[in-house]
Amino acid sequence: MRITQGTFSFLPDLSDAQITAQVEHALRQGWAIGIEYTDDPHPRNTFWEMFGNPMFDVSDAAGVMLELRQCRKTFPDHYIRLAAFDSTHGTESVVLSFIVNRPKHEPGFRLIRTEEAGRSLRYSIESYAVQRSPEGERYGLRQE
Amino acid sequence: MGHMKDATQITDAKKRYSAGVLKYAQMGYWNADYVPKATDILALFRITPQDGVDPIEAAAAVAGESSTATWTVVWTDRLTACDMYRAKAYRVEPVPNNPGQYFCHVAYDLSLFEEGSITNVAASIIGNVFSFKPLKAARLEDMQFPVAYVKTFAGPPTGIVVERERLDKFGRPLLGATTKPKLGLSGRNYGRVVYEGLRGGLDFMKDDENINSQPFMHWRDRFLFVMDAVNKASAATGEVKGSYLNVTAGTMEEMYRRAEFAKSLGSVIVMIDLVVGYTAIQSMSHWCRQNDMILHLHRAGHGTYTRQKNHGVSFRVIAKWMRLAGVDHIHAGTAVGKLEGDPMTVQGYYNVCRDTHTVVDLPRGIFFEQDWGALKKVMPVASGGIHAGQMHQLLDLFGDDVVLQFGGGTIGHPQGIQAGATANRVALEAMVLARNEGRDIANEGPAILAEAARWCSPLRAALDTWGEVSFNYTPTDSSDYVPTLAVA
Repeated sequence: MRITQGTFSFLPDLSDAQITAQVEHALRQGWAIGIEYTDDPHPRNTFWEMFGNPMFDVSDAAGVMLELRQCRKTFPDHYIRLAAFDSTHGTESVVLSFIVNRPKHEPGFRLIRTEEAGRSLRYSIESYAVQRSPEGERYGLRQE
Repeated sequence: MGHMKDATQITDAKKRYSAGVLKYAQMGYWNADYVPKATDILALFRITPQDGVDPIEAAAAVAGESSTATWTVVWTDRLTACDMYRAKAYRVEPVPNNPGQYFCHVAYDLSLFEEGSITNVAASIIGNVFSFKPLKAARLEDMQFPVAYVKTFAGPPTGIVVERERLDKFGRPLLGATTKPKLGLSGRNYGRVVYEGLRGGLDFMKDDENINSQPFMHWRDRFLFVMDAVNKASAATGEVKGSYLNVTAGTMEEMYRRAEFAKSLGSVIVMIDLVVGYTAIQSMSHWCRQNDMILHLHRAGHGTYTRQKNHGVSFRVIAKWMRLAGVDHIHAGTAVGKLEGDPMTVQGYYNVCRDTHTVVDLPRGIFFEQDWGALKKVMPVASGGIHAGQMHQLLDLFGDDVVLQFGGGTIGHPQGIQAGATANRVALEAMVLARNEGRDIANEGPAILAEAARWCSPLRAALDTWGEVSFNYTPTDSSDYVPTLAVA
């Protein structure tokens, strides 16, 4: 399966030129870009690891792309996303977030149904990769 | 204006309060010199006085009948601070290009209103006056609320920002569809449609306004099957998904019961219809705040009083009331779809939902500035007769913070519901990508869609089926002020 979190997951994987154009758009709006990675893509795993703080003082897309290349080199088989933060009053949150790296094989999720009183079910979702291996070993080993 | 004879307030107390009938202006409901206080609530009415009725007296009557007045003088006014409680009509002007119609501005003292009650606002401002015989017609066009009054409302329980954080969806409009046919499906069949739509790429599915608990599908069956579909689609995609479970029912107790069941099944969202009434809406809003639930409002019934320009209540007023009352989603029009809405007027509704500070914007029908006092933002919903071929227009008109709902445009897809959903999601993401790259989507939209359709056959089929469908009728409700040319 293909995890479709993020703004552009229904499009073919973005090229570096396309990613650069999105970064330039974000920087034009005054948003800061953060790079985040994980090997636990549960839909409610909000806090992916940060590959450094959001880059508040980087004004050039090339600087962001340099960091992204570094992150991909370190975590080639992890999910990596770019998140843009808008500090405007009334927003003060993420305003763009899209996946820029994903594992070659995505085993997906198991839906666990726990039967309860009446016809009710309680649902939980479990990642096959997370269930199988500890952090850092789920989609291939970290490259030192 | 201001040439009416006898338009002057009688200040001599003995004359003013002797038994009998006076003109409303003479009673003090017209004051051309009145300067509204920063704490006043302001209302703008469009009035059509009966033939021979002076517009100033008509305006004074509107102010009177929506505040303290009755048809005759009552001495008991003198037991109160009646000068303060009287609403004041302070400006009357002809509506451009509409002979016989007048805009009348009325100011109300804050003490006339109960804190945190839209029902009280409505009972005051539109309670009696719309049936008043000296007027042929009246329409409440817009209102301004002082921030002191705004702060007596809790507002949307979730708001746009937190909704996006909960759903983990940023930087693009959300996508939904209403399950069709809206009546007749069994719970099992209904859940099938929900699963297919969500699995194909939609964020939300939706109950329609009149799906409650009919003989063909008990509400509990619907909730059970729908939530299985939602969770299965979530596991299949790795995304948070939802389906607006309509908890509208005959009593408040039953609505709470249904909402509790939705919560116990793990739904992220419940839905109510506007026809449940303002008090019920505020009660559900508080329930949602206590239970981490997004509240979707379908504006069922609004067209009976918002559509005709000469009589009723403008939808921009309803949108303001609902932001104060506290809903997270509100249907606010599509401009390009099958239902009524002039594009700029509809944009005005969207701005009311999403602004932190609304500015006067006559071409969009906004007559008043409005400081929202950090009240959360309402996500507008565009629903009704829209399809993937209009994606560039929808994104250009409404931006990112909107739910685009393609019901027929998903479920009626020639290759099936999943394909319909995928077509919409691909069209949307391709258009957002292009816009962010700096392309002129309003003009290049069809080319951008055609490029994506080259590799996405569901989108190609959607464009082949609906690409030429449009609903070009003259809107009944548009601004009376000619739009000035946009300064680029």
